Amino acid sequence: MKRRLVLWVPLALFFVFAVTVAVSLYAPTDRTIRSRMIGKPVPQFVLPAAVPGRPGLESRDLAAGQPRIVNVFASWCLPCITEAPQLLALKELDLPIDAIAIRDRPEDIAAFLAKWGDPYQRIGSDKDSRVQMAFGSSGVPETFVVDGAGIIRYQHIGEIRPEHMAEIVQAYEAAR
Amino acid sequence: MIAEAGLAALWLAASLSLMQLAFGAFALRQGGESLLGTVRPVAAAQAVLVAISFACLVLLFLRTDLSVALVAANSHSAKPWLYKFAGAWGNHEGSMLLWVTVLAVAGGAVALFERKLEQRTLIATLAAQAAIALGFYAFLLFASNPFERLNPAPAQGQGLNPLLQDPGLAFHPPTLYFGYVGISIAFSFAVGALVTRDVGAAFARAMRPWVLAAWIFLTLGITAGSYWAYYELGWGGWWFWDPVENASLMPWLAATALLHSVTVLATRDSLRAWTVMLAVVAFSMSMVGTFLVRSGILTSVHAFAVDPERGFFILILLTLYIGGALALFALRVGTVREGATFEPVSREGALVANNLLLSAILGIVLVGTLYPLGVEAVTGEKLSVGPPYFNSAAGPLALAMVAIMAAGPLIRWRRDKARDVLARIAVPVLLSAVMLFALVLLAPGVGILPLAGLVLAFGVGAASVAPLWKRNLRRTPLFTWGMVIAHLGIAVSLVGMASESAFTKETLVAVAPGQTAEVGPYRIRFDKVDPIAGPNWTAIEATLTARRGDGKPFTLHPQARMFSSPPTETSEADITTVLDGQLYTVLGKPDEQGRWQLRLWWKPFVTLIWFGGILIALGGLLSLVGRVRRERRVKLEEAYA
Repeated sequence: MKRRLVLWVPLALFFVFAVTVAVSLYAPTDRTIRSRMIGKPVPQFVLPAAVPGRPGLESRDLAAGQPRIVNVFASWCLPCITEAPQLLALKELDLPIDAIAIRDRPEDIAAFLAKWGDPYQRIGSDKDSRVQMAFGSSGVPETFVVDGAGIIRYQHIGEIRPEHMAEIVQAYEAAR
Repeated sequence: MIAEAGLAALWLAASLSLMQLAFGAFALRQGGESLLGTVRPVAAAQAVLVAISFACLVLLFLRTDLSVALVAANSHSAKPWLYKFAGAWGNHEGSMLLWVTVLAVAGGAVALFERKLEQRTLIATLAAQAAIALGFYAFLLFASNPFERLNPAPAQGQGLNPLLQDPGLAFHPPTLYFGYVGISIAFSFAVGALVTRDVGAAFARAMRPWVLAAWIFLTLGITAGSYWAYYELGWGGWWFWDPVENASLMPWLAATALLHSVTVLATRDSLRAWTVMLAVVAFSMSMVGTFLVRSGILTSVHAFAVDPERGFFILILLTLYIGGALALFALRVGTVREGATFEPVSREGALVANNLLLSAILGIVLVGTLYPLGVEAVTGEKLSVGPPYFNSAAGPLALAMVAIMAAGPLIRWRRDKARDVLARIAVPVLLSAVMLFALVLLAPGVGILPLAGLVLAFGVGAASVAPLWKRNLRRTPLFTWGMVIAHLGIAVSLVGMASESAFTKETLVAVAPGQTAEVGPYRIRFDKVDPIAGPNWTAIEATLTARRGDGKPFTLHPQARMFSSPPTETSEADITTVLDGQLYTVLGKPDEQGRWQLRLWWKPFVTLIWFGGILIALGGLLSLVGRVRRERRVKLEEAYA
């Protein structure tokens, strides 16, 4: 009889494993990689205009007294299409949004904005991703909230989906 | 059209696997014998259909059809064709489709070619195989359809994770998958044998080639994965105890134990229950491994699919298969007779010891990999178990196992005399002692584990070739050669590992053009940096001139690469291989004064680690060929008798 019981031990151990794993699968964990730049001033940079007729972006623009949203995007990025309606909605709420266009061409950016909407005030062209990396950003899209003194207050990694809107507006209000 | 054809073929294959399971189950019942003959062709047809489906996916990637969501998310028209090809499985959906393809094709091969197994056990095996495949089909069709269309189609795709853009990695996952899937066949055999209560020598002989083949692929997969991490990640290490690496190591450990116990079962009809248990454990480990990698539950440098829903789906499959098999094992194994007995001092005894040590190491790796999960589930605290735990817990056991491995082949089956065994291993032991003496004298301050490793490696090397001693080499069976070469491979790898950990020299410097640095026997001058461009990346490339003593100078070009889609930076180490080691150079970041960080390593005999891995796999291949050839000959002799 004892021998019989021993045979069930592997099954019991396996179920302990399965339950533990199921718990941690659904535990609300924070899997995002936070930028080490939060709470620090934006890096010094000057980016040329990405599209004709629109100013480029430099670090001074981000420390002009008013909090701003900085969206890192590219015309070749699919999730950027997904988040376009949300950015337009933020613009409707009168939040100022600037952009850093990563490894992109003026005509592609213009076509992208014509097709998916244009929420931006300034667009800087970051040809080799240097400024992006200086921001501590690791992919596109990413969105930062910078306060009036040029300190990075908030980072959103990945596309902004409707359920993220409240958090971003809140972060913007907090940066005032 | 191609995408729809691929999806249709996948649905058809899934329904055939359902049919295979149902027919198999009926055939095993009283009065269902009329269905016995239908299961084999169904299994073969399923294999063909799923292969068509996978071919469709590869075709979509080769054409960069961006109207397919998976292609758009993982490919880019500017990518070299090899990576478009590899892109088909360099992502979650594609790799799952590859998995089920290999599974079904292997199942088809069993259906067509397996002749040693009793008919009813074969049918039960094919039914078990269909049950596994069915779960994966459901997963693909309901949770991660690789053929989903995207509307609107984007103008350009996102590209493959640049870390994966490497020829080694293009073929690394398929290699591991062949291994995992080969083990799933062993698992199905075990389930089939439990169902029909037919665990014996014939069953072991039928299962052995599959275990061997799976083990060869796992060995190659781990070796390649280790070398990839070593040169691609630019960290200079060859094993990180990363959860994803552990996910491939655990099935290998279990498969190695299974390989040896299946040999005992095939030759001596012993260790029946243990062999079945190991087959279940080995498959559990490959499933758990897949789960850990696919669910994103453990954060890792190479996990690339983070999604709790999919993780939950795989977890359910895992619970059904492993839970089911363990329950079947507990219910049935009591009725499996233990078979032949043996004395403690015997080849069987050594193999049991080796099996127990392998299982203990497996336990250590499993605990170390899962412990952070358990802690997080209970206390919510995040922590990680680092290399110190694994090295200090698994290292000594691994060395003990290697010592037993040296003696094992020199012990007779069934019973032997301890004194005779000692006499046979006298020469290797003597060689180890000489080595120990030399090392302590010539290289003082070597850590205890590397020292033990080096000393043992020489003893094992000598002991491995001892079975060939005084034999007619041309008449030695191929599988004996296989064993000798595989064991020698372990010794060679061990020399590499111990030497790398004992003698590596590292230098980290910030240098301006024209300045020099030293590492080990090399002087390295930093000449300049240049920007360069590749097909879908740009890079900063350094030019270094290295020179060993008065030898001829040569140049190295480590790069820091930037990929545009998705934007990622990778570091391309430049490595020079010489007979006694490797010079490993990595270009780091610039500082404000115009100096560049340079990381230099001199790693004596490090290449032996992977060379040993290749030898181990080659040994496995020779054994496999030897076994298959002998089977053929026996069959021919029977036919003409």
